[in-house]
Amino acid sequence: MYGGIGYLIRRDLPTALIAVVLFTVVLGLAYPLAITGIAQLVFPGQANGSKVSFDGKVVGSKLIGQEFKGRSYFHSRPSATEYSGDATFFGNAGPNSAEERDAIRARLAAYVKLEKSYDRSLTREQVPVDAVTESASGVDPQISEANARIQAHRIAAVRHLSLAKVEVLISAHTDGRSLGVLGEPGVNVLQLNIALEEAGGG
Amino acid sequence: MAQGWLQIAIFLAVLLALTKPVGLYMARVFTNQRVFLTPVFGPIERFTYRALRVRPGEGQDWKAYARSLLVFSLLFWVALYLILRTQGVQPFNPQGFHSAPWDVNFNTTSSFITNTNWQYYGGETTMTYFSQMAGLAVQNFVSAAVGIVVVVALIRGIAARSGRELGNFWQDLVRTLLYILLPISIVGALFLVSQGVIQNLSHYQVIHTLTGGTQVLAQGPVASQEVIKELGTNGGGFFNVNSAYPFENPSGLTNFVELLLILVIPAGLTYTYGRMVGSQRQGWAIFSAMFVLFVAGVAVVYIAEMHGSPAQHAAGLNTHAFAGSTGGNMVGKDQRFGISDSALWTAVTTVTSCGAVNAPFESLTGIGGAVPFTYLGLSEVVFGGVGAGLYSMLLYVLLAVFIGGLMVGRTPEYLGKKIGAREIKLVSLGVLFTPLTVLLSAGVASAAPIAKQSIYAGVNPTGFSETLYAYLSQANNNGSAWAGYTGFVQPHAPGNAGAYGLSFTDLLGGIVMIGARFAPILFVLAVAGALAGKKVSPAGLGTMRTDNPTFVFLLVGVVILVGALTFFPAILLGPVANGLSGRLF
Repeated sequence: MYGGIGYLIRRDLPTALIAVVLFTVVLGLAYPLAITGIAQLVFPGQANGSKVSFDGKVVGSKLIGQEFKGRSYFHSRPSATEYSGDATFFGNAGPNSAEERDAIRARLAAYVKLEKSYDRSLTREQVPVDAVTESASGVDPQISEANARIQAHRIAAVRHLSLAKVEVLISAHTDGRSLGVLGEPGVNVLQLNIALEEAGGG
Repeated sequence: MAQGWLQIAIFLAVLLALTKPVGLYMARVFTNQRVFLTPVFGPIERFTYRALRVRPGEGQDWKAYARSLLVFSLLFWVALYLILRTQGVQPFNPQGFHSAPWDVNFNTTSSFITNTNWQYYGGETTMTYFSQMAGLAVQNFVSAAVGIVVVVALIRGIAARSGRELGNFWQDLVRTLLYILLPISIVGALFLVSQGVIQNLSHYQVIHTLTGGTQVLAQGPVASQEVIKELGTNGGGFFNVNSAYPFENPSGLTNFVELLLILVIPAGLTYTYGRMVGSQRQGWAIFSAMFVLFVAGVAVVYIAEMHGSPAQHAAGLNTHAFAGSTGGNMVGKDQRFGISDSALWTAVTTVTSCGAVNAPFESLTGIGGAVPFTYLGLSEVVFGGVGAGLYSMLLYVLLAVFIGGLMVGRTPEYLGKKIGAREIKLVSLGVLFTPLTVLLSAGVASAAPIAKQSIYAGVNPTGFSETLYAYLSQANNNGSAWAGYTGFVQPHAPGNAGAYGLSFTDLLGGIVMIGARFAPILFVLAVAGALAGKKVSPAGLGTMRTDNPTFVFLLVGVVILVGALTFFPAILLGPVANGLSGRLF
């Protein structure tokens, strides 16, 4: 009863054709558009990228890191993409890459040179790994707490704030682990720098 | 560090706790019983059968089942290829993307039809929202469902007491989509949005940053695709950097949930199996074998990544953990995941055929990187892809029964059914087809001068790893990459102007994916057909038990033996050479 090419043409082909159209419409349009509609109604902030503002203007997303240069800002991690939000790619440095060794060595030297002028006691061994390695996303919004504490000396000096005040700001913008256990804590660089601007100084 | 182990332990505990309820639920779905969603989806189910002109309950033998599956997949291949070719005239294309070259489209189409999700394209620089939603995400549902129905057919073949029928392909497909994949996706997508995964159809947004620069933020209907990407063990990222990108995976919590979504069906299916063959111990035996291999890999990759790489040590970086710093190999890892969540992700996505990435493999330490290689070398039987993992593992179970039978000198028998020459031939073909495809295609690609342009890292162990992994991943329908390897040369610029495909790499990969997906499926269905008609003989004193630790040990041994004998030399040349030599290239 199921045999032969006749069965294939009479039964399987029409059924498969209808299935392709039906599944595409239901799973490919109805489902994502319904989710989009509900998301826009119930979670409009998150669904549109968790934007953050300064001075009434949107200056970025709290989830997407930005590159910060200059001595008056906390610096984000190195990025393979210069913090591109529309053409992302991985760094792809192998564990045994000489190029990678040279890049890390150069970043390490630059980091120590910059921060040491504000904190004489800083040594190379104290530099946390996240400060000189490229992230996965290229837009890592966070740095480690150790990284932020080292940079705090520079920020305090340049912005004429007390170190204690800067450290309070760091704690205020440190995201802990989700539910207290999942993931790693990190300091949100964009939100911290916005807080610095709001605190004045510099 | 203790914190990292704790997170891994919590994950394993939650997975273990979910296995029974999810497995039980799926068993009810596959035995066509009422479930708690029947009042909601029952009318849709009946409407779908009428629309498809399917008579539910009408059984198919293995050939009819396979034919329906192949016709359905072939038509969907054509539909997806057409969608990818016609991007220029599509709605939901705010960025005005054109189509990628035909050879890249061939590869991508083959990739998504086969549940592989190997990506020779960057999502946010290539794909329209229409292609993502109506093309790729549809396949994330459908290819996953196809994998699941195949294992259901095999289970029915093993459990059958009479007749040759394996069930009805269309009915299994519809019930899998309607009662398992779609409801979990709806709930999961909304949860992900609440945590920060984006879901919109907007134009990419130009941001004037705090320091006066500009940053363009890619947008899109991400959450609805992210959830089924994980749940269906697909792995194809909406964005090029996949689940590392904060709009796909913004926090430790979403990371945890996404990992659970990946493993919940493959783990639950082992319970479903026990239920449907009438002995939970059989299901737990298979679960145990998978679990042991999984935990071992998680531990190896986590410990390896806690130490830095030779390049970092040579640069004078302190890779020890201290207060406020994770330490370890943080190249290619985001701060919110750190070492432990990135390591767990690496193991979860390579035991399953998920292929989603939150930390690029090429940046892993040598020994850490050997773990994904090993899991793929074991042919994705450790949990594996939805459905595909269990049906591949069941082939290994039959192989282990056969070898065990030879050892004790009795006719091999599984759940009362004698394993004859025909079955064991089909099992061997099913087991060996994928590894053979890998070695042949990786060999050809290593030898062919034309394939060199696909390699990023150059002619060294890392470059060899890229090539080998590319074909391991495509043949096992995983989709993760040793990321430098490419079939689509695209300038690092927004938009896809000027991009071109590398035909050799694209075509070879596409053919490998299709072959290594559908050939084993046919072998599996043939085995199911052969077993379905067999008489069941009662277990006697001399029957080898397949639900005790001895058998689990034998099964793990057979899996490792086949994988190791096939791939050990090749893996030595790649990641292990990196890990042991410490030489820089």
